[in-house]
Amino acid sequence: MSWLLVAVLALPALGALAATLIRAERAGQAVGTLAAALAFLASLALGLRRAQGGGPCCAIRPWHQLDYSWVPGLDLRFHLGVDGISYPLLVLTTLLTLLCCLYTLWRVEDLGRGRLLIALLLAVEIGIAGTFLALDLVLFFIFFEVVLLPMYAVIAFWGGPDRRRAALKFVLYTLFGSVLLLVGVVLIVVRAGTGDLVALSAGRGAALSSGTQLAAFTLLGLAFAVKSPLWPLHTWLPDAHTEAPTVGSVVLAGVLLKMGTYGLLRVAVGTLPDAARRLSGVLGVLAVAAILVGALVCLAQTELKRLIAYSSVGHMGFVLLGIATMTATGFTAALVGNVAHGIITGLLFLLAGAVKHRTNTGDLADLGGLRERSPALAGVLGFAALASLGLPGLAGFWGEAFAVVASLGRHQALWTVLAVLAAIGGALTAAYFLRMLRRVTHGPASAAVAGIDAPGVRGAEIVTWSPLVGLALAVGLVPTLVLAVASTPVQALASVVGR
Amino acid sequence: MTRIDNIALLPAYVAAGTAVLAFLADMVAPGRRGPIMGMTALGAAGTAVAAWLVGTGATRGSFCAPAGGGVAASPTATCSLVADRSGALIAVLFALLTLGVVGLSAPALRSGRPDRPPLPAGEYCFLLACSMTGGVVLGYSHDLITLLVSVETLTLPLYGLVALRRRSIASAEGAMVFFVVSVVSGAVALLGAALLYAVTGALYFDGIAAALAGSARARDLPLTHVAVVLLLGGLAFKVAAVPFHAWAPATYDGAPTPVAAYLSTASKVGGVIAILYVSVRALGPSLPVAGPVLAAVAVLTMTIANLVALRQDRMVRLLAWSSVAQAGYILAPLGVFALAGGRTAGAVREAVAATIAYTVFYVVLELAAFGSVIAWRGAADGGRIADYRGLARRAPWLGAAFVLALVGLAGLPPGLAGLFAKIVIIRAAGAGGAWWLAIVIAVNAVIGLAYYARVVAVLLGPTPDAAAGAVGPGGDVAGDPVGAGAGRAGDAAPVARGRTAPSVVVALAVVTVLGLVIGFAP
Repeated sequence: MSWLLVAVLALPALGALAATLIRAERAGQAVGTLAAALAFLASLALGLRRAQGGGPCCAIRPWHQLDYSWVPGLDLRFHLGVDGISYPLLVLTTLLTLLCCLYTLWRVEDLGRGRLLIALLLAVEIGIAGTFLALDLVLFFIFFEVVLLPMYAVIAFWGGPDRRRAALKFVLYTLFGSVLLLVGVVLIVVRAGTGDLVALSAGRGAALSSGTQLAAFTLLGLAFAVKSPLWPLHTWLPDAHTEAPTVGSVVLAGVLLKMGTYGLLRVAVGTLPDAARRLSGVLGVLAVAAILVGALVCLAQTELKRLIAYSSVGHMGFVLLGIATMTATGFTAALVGNVAHGIITGLLFLLAGAVKHRTNTGDLADLGGLRERSPALAGVLGFAALASLGLPGLAGFWGEAFAVVASLGRHQALWTVLAVLAAIGGALTAAYFLRMLRRVTHGPASAAVAGIDAPGVRGAEIVTWSPLVGLALAVGLVPTLVLAVASTPVQALASVVGR
Repeated sequence: MTRIDNIALLPAYVAAGTAVLAFLADMVAPGRRGPIMGMTALGAAGTAVAAWLVGTGATRGSFCAPAGGGVAASPTATCSLVADRSGALIAVLFALLTLGVVGLSAPALRSGRPDRPPLPAGEYCFLLACSMTGGVVLGYSHDLITLLVSVETLTLPLYGLVALRRRSIASAEGAMVFFVVSVVSGAVALLGAALLYAVTGALYFDGIAAALAGSARARDLPLTHVAVVLLLGGLAFKVAAVPFHAWAPATYDGAPTPVAAYLSTASKVGGVIAILYVSVRALGPSLPVAGPVLAAVAVLTMTIANLVALRQDRMVRLLAWSSVAQAGYILAPLGVFALAGGRTAGAVREAVAATIAYTVFYVVLELAAFGSVIAWRGAADGGRIADYRGLARRAPWLGAAFVLALVGLAGLPPGLAGLFAKIVIIRAAGAGGAWWLAIVIAVNAVIGLAYYARVVAVLLGPTPDAAAGAVGPGGDVAGDPVGAGAGRAGDAAPVARGRTAPSVVVALAVVTVLGLVIGFAP
């Protein structure tokens, strides 16, 4: 089964290559999309025949893994593996990439050069999937970097009017993060003598002195904070989202941000448990600050995509709060929150793209009355907004509620205060999403909305939206979908930290 | 009696023979670039083979002083020229670089338009082969005199090569700047060597190291410190490190583009090797002095050069500043000698290995970048960055090679070679305990990306014709002087396109493939 791990990475690579080389526009797109579909199937199949290998020793027990030496001089091994923490995110990645490719197939006439866009999306997919699969620190870093330039190109060449500046801001911020990651990774590898995540987390950080752990955790924490993004390092995100094309936003919010939280959970917490415990308070305070700042900024936003982008800052704040509690409940909440945010925000950006495409504006002041002109679109938008604000029964609820519960569960004054503040932030989330819905869907139809030529929902849109709508419902009603696979590794990780 | 081992000297003989061969070819077939270039290429390849063959054998020494005290000393102790494995590696590297540059020179040597006379092929190849001879000898040098003479032999022909573009003020100016700075820095290095001789009474690397290691007094003498600083400072000129960096942009821009490629690769490798030999082999015991100098030079070089590169709008100047910054990265691992933890045998070995690895990565990527410039511009100079707008659309393969080289220099995937190079040097800095240096390197990588990304965006951006039609919603192109760029690219580019010399294509393809291969299997 472990060949599937390679397939998940090799299929997008071949697809990207084919889409670039095939001269015929439509054929290139089709081949690329086919590759994305095959990669999705391969990643699904990884969930079958799980081997609980690795014995009782290890915090990471991959279901499937493969391990080859690549560059011995750098302690770099080609070590891939999938377990309950990475599996849901991996499937989310391949699914969203597939949906984005389908969307591009349909929207080709006004994007142009869809073949290259699909190739770049597949290249981004390699990086993200590789990051989730890597079980070697240096390999993790390499995949982390792979994402950078293709995403830059997606924003810089298919984005809005101010795309160049936004793309440069994105790439410089995240490169800053990833070079700090490199220094942190090298610090760990040099001091511990190995870059293998399984070995490192099995050692429970014993190989590293307390000072080294603090230094490395600070470096890695900063790196992942830029990517997640954690307040106050989030400023690249709204610009990037506002200017990025719809598919770029979907991938960016849906899975790219997860690299930060996943890295924090797997790498920073998993290999540096001692420092993680000591710095958890700082992380918690910053996470709650992100929740509140994100919510307050959203209340004042006038642009649809920018609002959704800032709402990501708030949602990722909940995820980080869950991680910061350093408990099994918190980690589970973070994991579910990650997946839920990927599904819902991906859907929201697709919908925002649909609205902007129809009305040629994203300004909340120019929108209104969508409910009358295009009831189906307004209905799905309302559903996504409700899911995002954490309505019980939909996917967004579990992650946020249990992050607060986990924080209360620490039974310490600081964490209780943080929990209360986070809950207030959750209420603010409801406030701004309802405000957004009131502006966009209710009221009399504005000129832009009244001018919509095609109020109906097209077939391609149904194809791309329905899986996400279905998943938002499914994860909301049956959260065990994610919890079942994740519980064992999360318990193991929590036991490493809570030693 | 001085012993001369002709087999050890074989690579140097072949390299010098190459120069003579180029000269003779020019006499037999005056001005015909085909035979002349062929002969030079053959000679360079022959040099590489000879160096490789000699390198596989036992270590040999030549120009050896008689061993004192009747004890048969090891050949490395008292020979000026030692043909060992590292020397062979360096000689092969120089020969291959020269071969690559000869391949890239074809457009510059072809008779072009009347206003742009071709470079004289005979003189060009002769000078290039002379310079190669200096590089080959440099790898084998084992005392300060041989080292400095070979560095000068490497540099001297380059004055002529830079000035070779007739009726070009920029070319003459570049050569003049190069010459003056080079003479000054050569004098500085010589002064350092002389002072070192005064302190230790030795010229052989091993002799100096033994003298310094044997006497704490000699080590702590202020004169020794001055000598170390002067010697390293003088050699820093060759790699265009910061106190002596100002010549590089003017010279690169003025020189014919293949010569700029040679300057930024072979000449720079020469400087790196010289600094490595001197600091590790001769000044080993004085590393507490040499270390901080190298660290300061490295930090200043990468920071200043990266910041200045942000504001360049000419392609070759940008590449020149970026190559100055890269020199900083190359020297950075040696900066760990500043710390006690960086002076253990293991850390020194790692730092040296990192420097050599980074140099090899860098040379391949830099040659690919210059090769792309030449393939696109032909005999013309590097031009403005705006002239490259839309290159990837019009020449996808060339664009891909160029983008790969630039991305590699920035140290990002898919330029995996550059990424590994970055990991290697940060690891070396970290292993020596110089974490602050690792962070400086990391921050510089971010600054560096800012300008590489700008060029890459231009390369991949819409072509001038398309852009001129599409100024409107895609308003970002309106800010640039597209009209000027389009006009120029319009008349220059078609001339170059379609007639790209096959040797350029071959050289560029080989270099690019090499870059990809070492990216995956370093």
